[in-house]
This record gives sequence, C-alpha cells and structure tokens, in this order.
Amino acid sequence: MTPNDQVEVDRTPKSLLKQPRPGEMLIRGFLFICGAISIATTVGILYELGKESLLFFQDERVDFFEFITGTVWQPQGGAFGVWPLILGTLLISVIAMVVAVPIGLAAAIYLSEYASRRVRGFFKPVLEILVGIPTVVYGFFALTFMTPLLRSVLGSSVVGFFNVASAGVVVGILIVPLISSLAEDALSAVPDSLREGAYALGASKFEVSTRIVVPGALSGIAAGLVVAMSRAVGETMVVTLAAGAAPRNFTLGADSFFGYILNPFESAQAMTGYIAITASGDLAYNTIDYNSIFAIGLTLFFMTLGLNALSRRMVKRFREAYE
Amino acid sequence: MSLEAPPRPDQGLFPTDQEYDSLLGRRNRKAQFFKVFCLLMLTIAVVALATLLYTIVNDSFGLVAVVNQNDPDDVVASLGHDPETTTLNDLSYDELVGLLEANVSSGVGRRLERDQRFYEDRLVFESDEVWDEICSSNEPPAGCTRGPRNTADVFSLVQERVIVPDVIASYPLAQSIVNPEAFEQEVAAGFEAGRFGDYTADQASIEWRAWFNTTFLLAPASATPEIAGIRTAILGSVWLVVITVIFAVPVGVGAAIYLVEFAKPSRFNDFVQTNINNLAGVPSIIYGMLGLAILVRVLEPFTSGAIFTTGPAPSDNGRTVLSAGITLGLLTLPVVIISSQEALKAVPDSLRQAGLALGATRWQTVRSQILPVAMPGVLTGTILAVARAVGETAPLILVGAASFITADPTGPFSKFTALPIQIFQWTSFPQEEFRNIAAAASIALLILLLVLNAFAVILRNRYSRRIP
Repeated sequence: MTPNDQVEVDRTPKSLLKQPRPGEMLIRGFLFICGAISIATTVGILYELGKESLLFFQDERVDFFEFITGTVWQPQGGAFGVWPLILGTLLISVIAMVVAVPIGLAAAIYLSEYASRRVRGFFKPVLEILVGIPTVVYGFFALTFMTPLLRSVLGSSVVGFFNVASAGVVVGILIVPLISSLAEDALSAVPDSLREGAYALGASKFEVSTRIVVPGALSGIAAGLVVAMSRAVGETMVVTLAAGAAPRNFTLGADSFFGYILNPFESAQAMTGYIAITASGDLAYNTIDYNSIFAIGLTLFFMTLGLNALSRRMVKRFREAYE
Repeated sequence: MSLEAPPRPDQGLFPTDQEYDSLLGRRNRKAQFFKVFCLLMLTIAVVALATLLYTIVNDSFGLVAVVNQNDPDDVVASLGHDPETTTLNDLSYDELVGLLEANVSSGVGRRLERDQRFYEDRLVFESDEVWDEICSSNEPPAGCTRGPRNTADVFSLVQERVIVPDVIASYPLAQSIVNPEAFEQEVAAGFEAGRFGDYTADQASIEWRAWFNTTFLLAPASATPEIAGIRTAILGSVWLVVITVIFAVPVGVGAAIYLVEFAKPSRFNDFVQTNINNLAGVPSIIYGMLGLAILVRVLEPFTSGAIFTTGPAPSDNGRTVLSAGITLGLLTLPVVIISSQEALKAVPDSLRQAGLALGATRWQTVRSQILPVAMPGVLTGTILAVARAVGETAPLILVGAASFITADPTGPFSKFTALPIQIFQWTSFPQEEFRNIAAAASIALLILLLVLNAFAVILRNRYSRRIP
C-alpha cells in the first residue's frame, strides 16, 4: 500500500476532512518550479545553440553543405568545413580510449574479482583523487610533463610541441576512473551464483572473470565505455592547452593518411579547443566568430547527447537481464 | 597420499596425466599472468597520480637565478635592521610605505595614490589641495572612494617598484636537490653565451625559491610572474562558490524533493527525470555557451547590476561574478539533484508512512522526518558537486573571465578572475616562470578542493551522529 492511498471513512466530521492548504500548495509549487528549471536549462541550451547556429548558416560566407562535408576550417579565409575540428576531437578521444580502456577495465576486474579489502582501501581513494583533480591541472600536466616526455622518447623532430598524442594520453588518464567505476558497478551486479557455478566446474579465477563475469556484464561495461567516450569528446582544458590552436585542414586524396591526417604527433585543434580559444579573446556579439562557436557547440552537443543516449539504452538492457 | 587413478574407458577422449598436468599448468600460468597484468594496470593509475602531483610540486619549488635592481638585504639594512634576522616580509606597513616614498618618482607615487591611497588619514605623495581638487572633479580617480591599501598590497608594490626582481633562470625541485652545481654551471654558461641580455654574472644571485608561499597567496594578480599572486583569483573562486551554492542548493534539493516525494509517475515527470540525466552528461563548455548567450548577453541589465541602480552600472557588461556563478550553478544542478534523489530514496518508506499516518501533510513529513535523515547524503553530494564546479575552467572562459584582472572582486557585479583561469592563462604563456606560478596556483587549487572535501566529510559525520 502506498502512503497516498486514503481510507474512506463514512460520517467523518467535516473538520477532519481534507482541507485546502494554501501553504502546502505554495511549497509544492515552488518545488515544481525547481524541477522545471532543469527543463528550462535544456530549452535554453537548445534555443540559444539553435538560434545562433541558424544565424551562422544564414551568413552569406557559410554554406551548410560545405559545413558538414568540408575539410578546411579557416574562418579568416571564409572556409567553414567542420571536419578538421571533428578530426581533432576524434583523434584525441580515440587515443584516450586506447589508453584508458585497458587500464580502466583491468582495474575494474581486479578491484571487483581479486582485490582484498585492504588492497581496495588503497586503490579506490587513488582513483577518487584522480576524479577530483580539475581538468586544467591535467592540462598543465600534459604540457609540462607528457609533451616533454614524448618529445624526449620519440625525438623532438617527430613530436611537435603541441601534439594530439600528449593531449590524448592525458585525457585517457582523466577518464580511467570513470571507466573503472562504471565497469566495476557492472561487474559486481553479476549474480554470485554464476561465479559459484563456474568455480564448481573447476574454472580458475581468470576463467571465471573473463568467460563468465565480463561477458555477463558486457552491456554494462560497454555503456560505461560510451559514457567515457562522451566525456573525452567534451573535454576542453587538456585539449586546449596541449593539442594546439590550429585546425588540421586536409584534402582527402592529396594528403597522406598516416603521415598527416591521422598523425598523432602533430597539432590539431579539437571542437572544444576551438570554442575555448575563440571565446577567450574579447569576442564581439553578432560576428561570424561568435556565431561559429555556437554551430560547433551544437555539433558537440548532439555528439555527446547521442553517445549518452546510446549508453543509457545499453544499461537498460543490462538491468533487464538480471533484475 | 596419492590415489590410484581409475581406469579410463577410452584413452582417446581424455587427456593423459601428463597432458592434463601441462594443461593445468598452462591455465594456471595464464591466470597468474592475467592477475599480474591487472595489478600492473592499477599501478599505472597510481603512478599517473603520483607523477601528476610530482610535476606540480617539482615546478613550485627550486633554485632560481635572480637579478634584483635593489638587493633586499641592503634595503632592509638601510632601514637599520639586521639583514640576518629581518627580511622584507617582516617590515611594518609604515616602513614599506617609506621605502616606496624613497625610491619611487613622485609622478608614479601620485598615480599609485590616486589609484588607492596609503593611509586613511593622510596623503603620502599628493598634496591636500590637489587631492581635494581632483576628487571634486567630474571624474574622480578610484582612490577617492576606495579604502586604503593593506600590507600585502604595499609589499608587492615594494617588490614591483623597489626590489624589481627578475628571475632569469629557474630549476625544478628534483634537479635542484640532486644536482645544484649543474644549475650554477648552466647559469654561468648562459652568461657567457649572452643569453641574459644586459645583465652581468655578478648581478645575479642563485637562491632557493618556493613559488608557493604566503606572499604568493596574498599578493594581487600581476603581469610579472616574480611578483604575481593569487589573492584576486582566490577571492574570485570564493565568490563563485558562494553564488553557486546559493543558486544550486535550494533549487537542486527542491527539485529532488519534488521528484522523489511529490511527483506521481506521469509522462511529464518521466521526461523531467530523463532530462536531468541528459543534462548531467552535457559537456561543461556547453553550459559556458548558455551562460554567455543568456546570462552575459540577454540578461546583461541584471547581471551587470544596471537595473538595481539609477546611476552608472557597477559593471559595464554582463561578464561578472554573478553570471559565472549562476552558470556554474546550472552546471552543478543535475549532479546535486541526482545525488539528493539518491539520498532521499534511501530513507525508509516506514518513516513516510508513519508521518502521514499521524496526520502530517506531505510537506510536514518531508521537512521534519525525511529531510533530516537524508541530510548527510544530500550535503555530501552537494559539496562534492560544488567542489567539481570550483575546478571548472571552460565555462568561465566562455562567460568572459579570461581577461586580465588585478582588482579584487567586491560584490556580485564585479569583474573577476578565478584560480583555474589563472592556471590556464599562466600555463599557456611561453616563459618558464609562468610555469612555476601555474604550478604553485595548482597547489592552491588542490588545497582548496581538499578543504571542501574535508568539509563534506566533517558535515556528514556530524549529522549522522545526531541522527541514530
């Protein structure tokens, strides 16, 4: 029985019947408005991004088709193809995932399947501290540690001062705790009966982990990875500081694929980096620069929204399997 | 004791003992390898954290080669103190002002005084008549209305105008400890190669410098790394925390109460819930763009304070602490709502039913039964969310905090800078010394976050003790 089911009692004195309470209604109204503010935020984001993007596409220098297919981003030259910025974002995110997925997953498996209470007590706080460090400090770390390290190991003629690899590796470190905590949640949601069944058949801990628990938690783990990817795509400070401020414009066919377009050791501006750099000067309203950051922002918004929605669907399916 | 293996019916189907042993050995080795691999990966995470902290500390302390226009020891000695026991830091306010008076040209002195005066009751560089005249003019300088300077301000003025330190080379902590001679050789070689411009080798002194020190915390922002401090940035960050909390906590907790306690399952309430989950995944820079478009631009009369006064607005545009604080509040909101919801959902239903059964209204039950029990969870979640917001840089860049500000924020309509913004700017400058102060500012930011987190733990413990 839920608390709001009311029991009908006949012949109740009128003074005991439910009475209108203006104060109660007022508070209820206030609480409702609090809930509605989150809707207003979404509407505000969509409206503003949409409105300014529309202004951007209405500008005579911009062509929508060129925006979604173009491979040159050069606002001064009137070239507005979004792909160089998306390329920067994707390169950094992919490097980040390459770094973070093995570390994050192995950490999650170890913490959920192997670790004793004492070992957990040591590693969990480390991961939590990694979450708590502001991204601008990671940016500092990328520029003053990771970049010099890469340059001294691989040679400064190979690795540029601003490069995608340094930013990608540091973004990877930044999302390790996210992956490990989401994956650990998924792993520990796998019922113990499955593990016990496998042990009873003589499986080793390794076999239980990799053949029973991980496949059982797969959609939950995948959902965590997608969330981490979305976080990497939206990450700003490391990317702005370490990956450089020039979009990697390219021509398909003419430029070498691995020598230039996908080269991780050269600089490439990401979408977030472009927005931050453009906005950090004194940006005048109603200019094409001002409008362009909103068009990029809208692209970014839909990319992260899509990734997050995908992850939620995966989690839902995962929950249904075990509950 | 060994058992005789039972006879096997079909040798082809089952492995021989030998095969079985090697199979088992292989499986065990694989398992062992996997375990070591996992532990190795976890260790990488620990090493990454350690390296990060090491990098920050390494750049915050170390040897420097510094050229002073006036030697601090001579300056202290000139005031009759023993340089062995007294440093510049120990000088009194009057002595510091005296140093300025003796060393600064009267034109510069007058400008400084017009900016902000040194004493409440007397003038140092200006004469009373001129002062009265400029203060009654149409555009009086800031010094006419502002209060007098404090010791930290005058100390950094003395640094800037009298000592004029110029750090020409710096060395990170680890190398300074392991191999200090190498630094001396490097500096000497630099002088021979003429890398230090007009300075000569005997002008430079090599000394230890902690870039993270009390002067650094108390001094206002500056364009010169040797004398720059982070007081302005710390105050900016504190203002941001206050506004964020004032905005996000009532609204966030209110929304959580509505969703958990009042809302009946309906399509609209489902939509609100999904929407909050979506908002939690929106990159922070997008919130910055929302702040820029709505708070800074559309609501400019409100965020610049123009509608609250009939005179000139406190700020000439909407790029104020208030805009940034509300932006961070909006950014924190989904996290506050979600963590408060978790805390409210964890309160047992029996409490609700008992309250309602006694005839309390829903709000009365929430206020006096449910909220007190859920409070530790709500507070912890909220403070952690605010701590995350304090470290956010991208939204602040978007709402326009990235310009060069040296004045402390005085109210919600002030221009401001914040700690993460300072770290961002200093990191992006090419000179070595800016790296050092960026590292020192990072230490300050991490300490601020640590304090906030400790605060969360203390509050939680206190509240959970009161409620059995």
